[in-house]
Amino acid sequence: MPRLSTVLTVAAGALALSGCNLGEAKSASAPPKKFDRDPYGSTYQPYPGVPTLITGATVYDGEGGMIENGAIYLEGGKIQMVGPLAAMSVPEGVQTIDATGKFVTPGIIDVHSHMGDYASPGVDAHSDGNEMVNPVRPGVWAEHSVWPQDPAFTRALANGGVTTFQVLPGSGNLFGGRSVTLKNVPGRTVMDMKFPGAPYGLKMACGENPKRVYGNKGGPQTRMGNIAVTREAWIKAQSYDKDWDEYERGEGKKPGRDLDMDTLRGVLDGEILVHNHCYRADEMALMMQMAKEFGYKVTSFQHAVEAYKIADLLRENGVCAAMWADWYGFKMESYDGINENISFVDAAGACAIVHSDSSQGIQRLNQEAAKALAAGRRAGLEISDAHAWTWLSLNPARSLGIDDKTGSLVPGKMADVVLWNGDPLSVYSRPDKVWIDGALLFDAANPALRPVTDFELGQPGEGDVK
Amino acid sequence: MKRFTLIAAALLAGTAPAVAAPVAVIGGKLVIGDGRAPIDNGVVVIDNGRVIAAGSAETVSVPAGASIVVARGKWVTPGIVAGFSRVGLVEVDSGVEGADDTGASDSPHSAAIDASLGINPAATPIAVGRMGGVTRAIIAPSRSNSIFAGRGAVIDLGADYDPVTRARAFQLIDLGEGGAGGAGGSRPAAYLMLEEAFAQAAGKKVEGDRPDESLFTASDIEALKPVLAGKEKLMVSVSRASDILAVLKLKQRYQDLDMVLLGATEGWMVAERIAAAGVSVLADPIANLPGSFEDLGSTQSNIGRMRRAGVKVGVAALDDFVNRNPQNHRQHAGNLVALGKLPGGTGVSWDDAFAMISSAPAEIIGLGGTIGSLEPGARADVVVWSGDPLELSSWAEQVWVDGVEQPLVNHQTKLRDRYRTLERGALPKAYRK
Repeated sequence: MPRLSTVLTVAAGALALSGCNLGEAKSASAPPKKFDRDPYGSTYQPYPGVPTLITGATVYDGEGGMIENGAIYLEGGKIQMVGPLAAMSVPEGVQTIDATGKFVTPGIIDVHSHMGDYASPGVDAHSDGNEMVNPVRPGVWAEHSVWPQDPAFTRALANGGVTTFQVLPGSGNLFGGRSVTLKNVPGRTVMDMKFPGAPYGLKMACGENPKRVYGNKGGPQTRMGNIAVTREAWIKAQSYDKDWDEYERGEGKKPGRDLDMDTLRGVLDGEILVHNHCYRADEMALMMQMAKEFGYKVTSFQHAVEAYKIADLLRENGVCAAMWADWYGFKMESYDGINENISFVDAAGACAIVHSDSSQGIQRLNQEAAKALAAGRRAGLEISDAHAWTWLSLNPARSLGIDDKTGSLVPGKMADVVLWNGDPLSVYSRPDKVWIDGALLFDAANPALRPVTDFELGQPGEGDVK
Repeated sequence: MKRFTLIAAALLAGTAPAVAAPVAVIGGKLVIGDGRAPIDNGVVVIDNGRVIAAGSAETVSVPAGASIVVARGKWVTPGIVAGFSRVGLVEVDSGVEGADDTGASDSPHSAAIDASLGINPAATPIAVGRMGGVTRAIIAPSRSNSIFAGRGAVIDLGADYDPVTRARAFQLIDLGEGGAGGAGGSRPAAYLMLEEAFAQAAGKKVEGDRPDESLFTASDIEALKPVLAGKEKLMVSVSRASDILAVLKLKQRYQDLDMVLLGATEGWMVAERIAAAGVSVLADPIANLPGSFEDLGSTQSNIGRMRRAGVKVGVAALDDFVNRNPQNHRQHAGNLVALGKLPGGTGVSWDDAFAMISSAPAEIIGLGGTIGSLEPGARADVVVWSGDPLELSSWAEQVWVDGVEQPLVNHQTKLRDRYRTLERGALPKAYRK
C-alpha cells in the first residue's frame, strides 16, 4: 500500500509537519492531536439573491406532496414559505413571478456524475476518473481531478435543472476513492463548488470492471477475487482504525498515516458514506453481507440494474438504489435491466433514485424519471407525479447525507429551486429559471444568465443556447 | 428455454405474409407521418401487408369483413423508423464474445462489409425496440481501421426471420475525426484514402512494382462502384462545419454521389450550403456538448436551424445506445418540440418532429412512401399508442409490421412478470415463467 505522508496539515491552523516521523510517540503531557479530516474544505459562498415570491405554480415539494396554484417565497438564500398564497404572509413589494401554468420543484440532485473528472472534450488529457494502478485506492479523492471548466456543468444547470451533484471516481477499482458533492455553481476552484457540510462518499465497485481491469495486472481476476481483496482491505482498515482510536484516546503510539486507510476508517466511523457500484442482485446481497461482517453501512448501490430482484433486502437494510430508466445489455452484468426497476424498488418501500452517470443523461433526469414512472404505471403501479419527484430530489439528498439542507421545498432549506415552463415530467418542458441558494443562476429569457465556461470562450457557438 | 420457444412460436406465426382479412384501426388520433397534422377520429385500413387507405372517418370507409380495432382515445401512427441504429447486430455490448457483429477490426475488408448479413431478428434489442413502437431501422456496421465502415441496410423489427427491407442501402464512411484516425491520423490522409478508393472503383489499376499494396481488397473496391455511380447512397459521418463543407465539395468531383450526412453537429453553421447542395442529414436532437474538437459548436438547436434553412432532416439518436435503444428516438424527437418554447432555441413543430422519426428518415434512405408513413401502398407498419407518441408517459399498445400484429413480449417483460412480487412461493423463482 503506498503511504503518502510527506506533507500534511494539522487541524485548526496548527503546525505543518514535513517529513516528520509520524510513528513517534507523543510526549505524555500533550493531548493527542487529531489530524485535519477536511484539509480541502469548502470555500463555497452563495451568490446574492433578491427576495422572490413565485405564485400560481403547480408545486412538487420533492417529498411527495403537490400543491396546485401554489406559492413559494425565497429570501436570504433559504426557502421561507411554501403553500397556498392565501396562507402565507409575504413582505410587501417583493419581486413576484407569476408562474401560472408553470411548475416549481426542488433542484434535481444527481448522485452519479463524472463531470469534471471526465470533462468535455473527452480527450485522453481529460480522463481523470479512474486511478487504475491498484484495485484498492480509497485514498484518491475525485475532487482532486475536477476541472471546474467542464462545459457539461452549464448544460446540467440550464437544460437539466440540476443544482447539486456527486462526482464519483470510476469503477475500475474495488475502492475507487472518495466522492465529492458539489453545488452546480461555477467556481474557479473545486473548493469553491463544494457543498458545505456534505459528507464524503467512498466509491466501491463489484463485478466486471475491477476484474477486467486487473485480470491481467495481478488480480483480482474473478468475482471471488474481488470479494477477497475487498475484505482484506477492510481487515487492514479495522486494525488501522483501532490503532488510531487508541492513540486519540491517549493510549498507544501515534500510528503512521495512510491515505487509503484514512478513507476506510472514515467509513468505519460512519463519517464517509459508501456508494457501491453494483449491477447484479446476487452481488449486492454479498456486499450488504460484507458491510455487516466489518461493521459499516452501504448507503447506496449505484446502477443497481437488478435492484428489483432484491428490493425487499434493500428496504430491510436501508440501502438506496440509484438507477437508470432504461439502460440494459451494454455489458453482461446489465443484461437483466428492466424499465420497471425504479418503480418496483420504490413500490417495495426501498429508496429509489434516478441517476445519470452521463453528461448527456444529467440534462434530462426529469425525463428519465418520467419514463420510469410510465413503465411503473404500465405494470399496474399507482404512483403520483409528485411522488416520482422524490426519486430526483429527496431520495438523492438522503443518500448524500444532505437532506437536512436541500432536496425538498421546506422552510429553512437551501433555496435550490427550479421553475419549469410546463410539467417537468413532460418531454415538452424545460427549466425556465434555476435558483441555487436563492441566487438566480439561470433564466431562459435572459442570455446574460447563461453561464459560459472558460473553455468555450471565443469558440463557435459561445453563449448560444445549448 | 421457454423464452426462445415463445419467440419461435411468434416467429412461426409471422411467416404468413399477412393476416387473412383486412384490419381497420378506427377512432384514434391518426398521424400519417408525412408532416401533416394529426387527424381526429381517423381510420387506417391495412390488408395483405400494405396500407390500403388512411384518413378521417368521413373519407375512409371500412371494408366489409374487416377486423376492427377500436383506438378511441389513443393515437395511431406509422411505426417509428430509427434514423440510425445498430439494433439486431449485437445482443450484449462491451466485447462479450460472440454477441457482437457491429464491427470487425481484424478483417482485411472495410467497404465491402455488409451489415445485412449480421442481423439476428431474435436479438433482444429488436424485441425491445419493437415493444417501443419501432418497426424499421437504418443500420450500419462500425468502422474499424479505415474511413469506410461498410454497407448499411434498412431492416424491420418484426418477429420473423425475414428482417431485411433493403440490403446495401448505403455505404457509411467517416470524414471527421474518426475517419482521420481510421486513415492513419489526419483529415488529409482520410481524403487521400477516399480518392484512392474512388479512383480504383472508377477503373484505375494499382500499378508499379507493388500492386499488392492497395489499401483495399478487390471486394471493397467492388462495393464502392455502385456508390460512385449514385446507385447506392453514401452516408458520411461528419461534424465540424469545415468538414461538412469539404464533404459537400465532393459532389463537384464525383457528381453522381447520392450523399446523406450523419451527425453534422455543426450543420447549423453552414445550413444554407447544405440546403443548396440538396443533401439530407440524419442528426441527433440532444447533442449539445463539445465532446470533441469537432463538436465545439454543438447545440440542440442544430436541427431546427437546419430545417429553417430548408435541409431535410431525420432524427438519429446517436447520443443514446445505438445498439439497443431505438425506442428512444421518439423522446429525442419530443425534445425538438420542447425547444420551440425555449427563448433563443430553435425547435420544430410536433408534426415535423414526428415526420423526422417516420417519413423523413425513410425518404432520406430512399424508401419514401414505402415505410414510415401511412400513405396508401406503404408497408403496413402501424402502432396504436396509449397517448401522444412523443410524450414520455405514452407507450405502444399494439404494433403491426408488414400487416402482422406483433408479440410485445421479451426478456425484459418476462423478468418484470417474474419479479413483480418478491414473496417466497411454493417453488423458486426459476419455476415462474
